[in-house]
Amino acid sequence: MTAIHKQHEPAAGNPLLNFLGTYVFARDHKIIGLQFLFSTLIWLAIGGLLALAIRWQLAWPGTEIPILGRWMFASEGGMITGEYYNVLFTMHATIMIFFVVIPILAGAFGNYLIPLMIGARDMAFPTLNMFSYWFMWPAFVCMIAAMRQAGTGPSAGWTSYPPLSVLFGEAQGLWLLGLVFVGIASMLGAINYITTIIQMRAPGMTLLRMPMTVWGMFITAILQAFALPVLTAALLMLLSDRMFNTSFFLAEGLEVGNTLRLQGGGEPLLWQHLFWFYSHPAVYIMILPAMGMVSDILSCFSRKPLFGYRPMVFSMIAIAGMGFIVWGHHMFISGMNYFLSVSFLISTMLIALPSGVKVFNWLGTIWGGRLQLTSAMLCAMGFLSMFVIGGLSGVVMAAPPVDIMLHDTYYIVAHFHYVLFGSSILGVFAAIYYWFPKMFGRTMNETLGKFHFLVTFVALNCTFFPMHFLGARGFPRRYADPYVVEAFRDLQPLNEFITWSAFVMGAVQIVFFLNFFGSLFFGRKAETNPWHSNTLEWTVPSPPSHGNFDFQPVVFRGPYEYSVPGHSADFWPQTEPE
Amino acid sequence: MNRFWAFLFLLVPVLGIASYLMAAFGIWPLEGMWLPDNYSDAGRTIDHLWNVIHIIGAVILLLTGLALAFAIGRFGSTKRQSASYFSHNTQIEILWSIIPGAILVFIALYQMKSWEENKLARPTKQVGSKTEAVAPLVRVIGRRFAWEFHHAGEDGRLDTLDDVIVENELVIPAHVDVVLELESRDVIHSFFVPNLRLKQDIVPGLNQLIWFHADRETTTSIICAELCGWGHYTMQASMKLVSRSEYEQWLKDASTANLTTSKQDSQE
Repeated sequence: MTAIHKQHEPAAGNPLLNFLGTYVFARDHKIIGLQFLFSTLIWLAIGGLLALAIRWQLAWPGTEIPILGRWMFASEGGMITGEYYNVLFTMHATIMIFFVVIPILAGAFGNYLIPLMIGARDMAFPTLNMFSYWFMWPAFVCMIAAMRQAGTGPSAGWTSYPPLSVLFGEAQGLWLLGLVFVGIASMLGAINYITTIIQMRAPGMTLLRMPMTVWGMFITAILQAFALPVLTAALLMLLSDRMFNTSFFLAEGLEVGNTLRLQGGGEPLLWQHLFWFYSHPAVYIMILPAMGMVSDILSCFSRKPLFGYRPMVFSMIAIAGMGFIVWGHHMFISGMNYFLSVSFLISTMLIALPSGVKVFNWLGTIWGGRLQLTSAMLCAMGFLSMFVIGGLSGVVMAAPPVDIMLHDTYYIVAHFHYVLFGSSILGVFAAIYYWFPKMFGRTMNETLGKFHFLVTFVALNCTFFPMHFLGARGFPRRYADPYVVEAFRDLQPLNEFITWSAFVMGAVQIVFFLNFFGSLFFGRKAETNPWHSNTLEWTVPSPPSHGNFDFQPVVFRGPYEYSVPGHSADFWPQTEPE
Repeated sequence: MNRFWAFLFLLVPVLGIASYLMAAFGIWPLEGMWLPDNYSDAGRTIDHLWNVIHIIGAVILLLTGLALAFAIGRFGSTKRQSASYFSHNTQIEILWSIIPGAILVFIALYQMKSWEENKLARPTKQVGSKTEAVAPLVRVIGRRFAWEFHHAGEDGRLDTLDDVIVENELVIPAHVDVVLELESRDVIHSFFVPNLRLKQDIVPGLNQLIWFHADRETTTSIICAELCGWGHYTMQASMKLVSRSEYEQWLKDASTANLTTSKQDSQE
């Protein structure tokens, strides 16, 4: 950290202003990246606790939560009510998607790594970058304020389908406003990333010499830039339906309480089209950067070039491109034209192909390598293993007839947790173990890291795999007490097993947090290039100083030249001349 | 340690597939953790498709999982001196694009018939020499948090005085093509009958038709599958599948009871 201090522009010698300028209203991409990282880790803990509360309710509905219950739900006798249950899953999803996975991938790692990996001194627009982080704060405030209105809090699910989200729930307006701010933050970031990657690459860093991490961030930024305006417009339309009775999304003649609502002329399905036009690409926004980072980590710890660099890049582009024409698969039984479903079925089946190609290429990368089974490598291989399961269950549900049975059941919950937790979050863990030495100049404890991976990996499978069976039975999601339906009563023991597994998974994250925060202060000092990697960020001190590079780096080769025959070392940095 | 990690990664496909087999063949502790009994003709195609796609998936899971575990065991050894150096192979890339591509196209085309049967081809009946679409027998109205069923009375038409309106219980004939008309008065609900493989969102402002042909007389439950508010989980109804003659008798009785009460109402 001292290095950053030294080179940062002095703010007239006032230590307070200096501190504010360096760490709070920072324009250095690395500090902004760390701001995103710390904020999202806090939200990860909050979102995780909400998940445990959901699990408690599904295992033992209507019973008092020990210790925490009295404190959290004092007025309900320490129990979760049907109303509050809806707030719990709504906020769990909202937080995990908009405050954790998207900002930790694009905001934290995108910010930190893009300039370092392409050999730039900073982002193209440092001030815009600062705003991109600080626009998250009004969103944080909106969400906390909305959550505090328990009972009337945001409870329409993260998908916020009207008419429910318009006609009910007082806090829904705050929720919508919060998402508008998140959207603005992401859009500012996306513009910055695109510009930086196109304009500020070091000499010799051609597009096809960029590490996959940068490719992942680049394509994600393009997705965000094109998809987010649609979501923002839809959010504002929904907000205006709530505030000004515009009825963009409401049919006429709705009965609310005892009153008949005469104004109308809108269409609830329009929201679903607009929402999923963003939120399906968002699924890829939440996985492509992780795919990129995992590619780099797999190659480095296999001491072997990435297998099929070009197919990897092209499949990423294909996923992103096709990602814009598959949104209808969320709407197979929504009442949308059933012939249209068929075209979405075809595009959805086709998008599985580039994802499969990526899996095969990762396996090809490991094959024949000299694997170093570090915590980062294990998490990256965990990503790969879990992504296969998440991908295959995706194909099951992409079949509209099967989706008739599975839509809105626990099968879909299993599917997206395999992709979002099993893949994206394991990818994030891999990235943290891998880049922690660069970010903080110290190394995380490997023994604790491996223990954390082992328990997380086992517990996540025990938590999410049985959900496939719940889904097969037709067990619906978003039920505060599923056992009021007689047919589901025998599923309670399985749900108890899932809840215990989730508790274990939650508990072992404490090990991760201790390792993370402990290593900040007591970790072994890291050298410049502890993993013997090729990419540019490993050529500068750990942590890098403000401005990153003392001299303009020049790039001579691609990022994956490991174990080149005839070369003295088993790695060959991109900046090393022939 | 590499053997340990290889074993851990091997457990994923092995236990995953084993647990699916246990659920499918009813082996403890996963007995009954499979698709519930199916009472519908069109639903059979859904179950068949579920099996086919899962078998294909299991093969892919097994192959990739074995490859990963093998690679960890073989190439993760600390005794290994060096890694091989190769970065691409066009033939293998083409191979592993074309084969999965063909499988995916097969899955896509294979299910068209089932989709048509379930959602596109409304049942028809022969009236004289003409083929007519089967008319809706019951109008289902979803509202927070109850189901309302409007049966056409003796005149066979809805929205007349002799309509029979029942809440939270649907009596319906089995062994015939039944068409239901779905309607919502407030928010989006979803009409879900797991045993009949029926699910359809009910969007206010859109009237939807669904159909089924039940193969037995039994009782099952209707639940709501789209979040509709705090009482979403309580929104359920029972469904009685009875013979055609029983249905007609029930309708007649209910209709008479209905007319008597409405007469009493008007007298008061």
